[in-house]
Amino acid sequence: MFDLSLLPDGGLSWLDASGDQSDVVLSTRVRLARNVDGYAFTGRSREGERLRILAQVRDAVPAVPSLGGGVLVRVDELDQDDRRLLHERHVISRELAGLESASGARGGAAVYVGDGVGVMINEEDHLRLQAVRSGFALEAALASISRLDEELGRRVPYSFHREFGFLTACPTNTGTGMRASVLIHLPGLVLTKEIPKVLVGLQQMGLTYRGLYGEGSEVLGSFFQISNQTTLGRSEEELVDHLSNVVRHVIQREQEARRVLWRDAGYIIEDKLWRAYGTLRFARSLTFDEAMSLLSGVRLAAGLQLVQGLSVYTLNKLLIFSQPAHLAWAEGRELTEAEGDIARARFVRQALAEEMGPIH
Amino acid sequence: MLCDACRERDATVTLTHAVKGEVNVMHLCQRCAAERGIETAGSTPLKNMIADYLPAVQQQALLAQAEALKCPFCAMTLQDFRETGRLGCASCYTTFEQSLRALLRRVHGNARHVGRQYDAPPPDLVHEATALGELRARLHRAIAQEEFEQAALLRDKIKGLE
Repeated sequence: MFDLSLLPDGGLSWLDASGDQSDVVLSTRVRLARNVDGYAFTGRSREGERLRILAQVRDAVPAVPSLGGGVLVRVDELDQDDRRLLHERHVISRELAGLESASGARGGAAVYVGDGVGVMINEEDHLRLQAVRSGFALEAALASISRLDEELGRRVPYSFHREFGFLTACPTNTGTGMRASVLIHLPGLVLTKEIPKVLVGLQQMGLTYRGLYGEGSEVLGSFFQISNQTTLGRSEEELVDHLSNVVRHVIQREQEARRVLWRDAGYIIEDKLWRAYGTLRFARSLTFDEAMSLLSGVRLAAGLQLVQGLSVYTLNKLLIFSQPAHLAWAEGRELTEAEGDIARARFVRQALAEEMGPIH
Repeated sequence: MLCDACRERDATVTLTHAVKGEVNVMHLCQRCAAERGIETAGSTPLKNMIADYLPAVQQQALLAQAEALKCPFCAMTLQDFRETGRLGCASCYTTFEQSLRALLRRVHGNARHVGRQYDAPPPDLVHEATALGELRARLHRAIAQEEFEQAALLRDKIKGLE
């Protein structure tokens, strides 16, 4: 099995809740899509071309300080469980992990994992550079991705067009090739049923939202990824500024919704959240969806300071480690769905007992 | 109002003349206007139809032309693009430039990049990196096949380039 300790910080530094507004915003991510000049895009490339691209990037890396201390993982050499593990950890995309195709990851699929930055190779575009930060930190994420982009672009020639900008396989990414996103927890707006209005508003502002795992994933546990929809016609800074302003406004509305809930329905909320906490502490079997929904409640309880002594970091870790591939990895064997549900309940009970002390 | 020229028919055309700073306005009927070489909408329905028809034909021809285009680098056609939603390579952007400009404008509300500009690194730098990669691969092979003399030579070459 893949040794996750090889990854700097296990690829999990973004979970540590050290960043700004981290009770509402889990993480901030900025990615840039780039293609290497002289090759067909990934969808139309042959394996030989993809391996040459991988070699070209590998040779450039010693001259890229942003990736110093990073490791290269050949995704195409991993078995499906390990690929799923890296996907659950948000180190690689579903597409790169090849979870949607019967034939698995395509030849040449790889990822460089550095400290807070990474480069996926032979994704939908040849290169997907990404920077991740804990909490709400768009400017910092943009600064580190820009540095990485400049360093790598000095060694690896990108496809660039004077009028259209950076060229990508999908025209929805053309231009800056940038998708900046913020993973945000909005239980207050969901409970007060304000959320549809907020989501429509986002779309009117040229932004879009997705579930926890990006494109095509459903919204679970009131976790939303808000990102820019367009990539052309505005500069990277303008796009990030705009997203930043709107997200700041959404955070305010979420906090306002929490105040209203607490003021107008305090006892209902208190009851609901303590039930969620109680279930997590005592349940003997939990499906993933159920765990997400309960963890969402307990996260809100911690935010409202109902439950004391429970860190956001632990809650973030529970989100990641209660996923199927992570449970199988912790147990060191493949699990059936029912076994997974039992392992999940046990894992959550133990983690909460460690942090909150035993209940007699 | 009656036509300024024949004083018989209704004036339907307003003719504004500007000669040496003097503005002269005449109101004419269709026939008198036609005599002065001025075409009006009502008088030439056939011409009008052709005028409407021509751009449509040209448009069709352009569309048909675009449909027949094939990217010289990756052999992608617009039909392929419609099926996958993905372009095949950077050259597709020049091959299908017209269609893409319209599409990009629809998707992004704008088709001009104003973000970060980029100049590709000089070829010798890229070449050097590629050459280094090639040499390293050969070094690995040489070591694997226990051709140590060859390996030593390659190592020197790599050191020189580095």
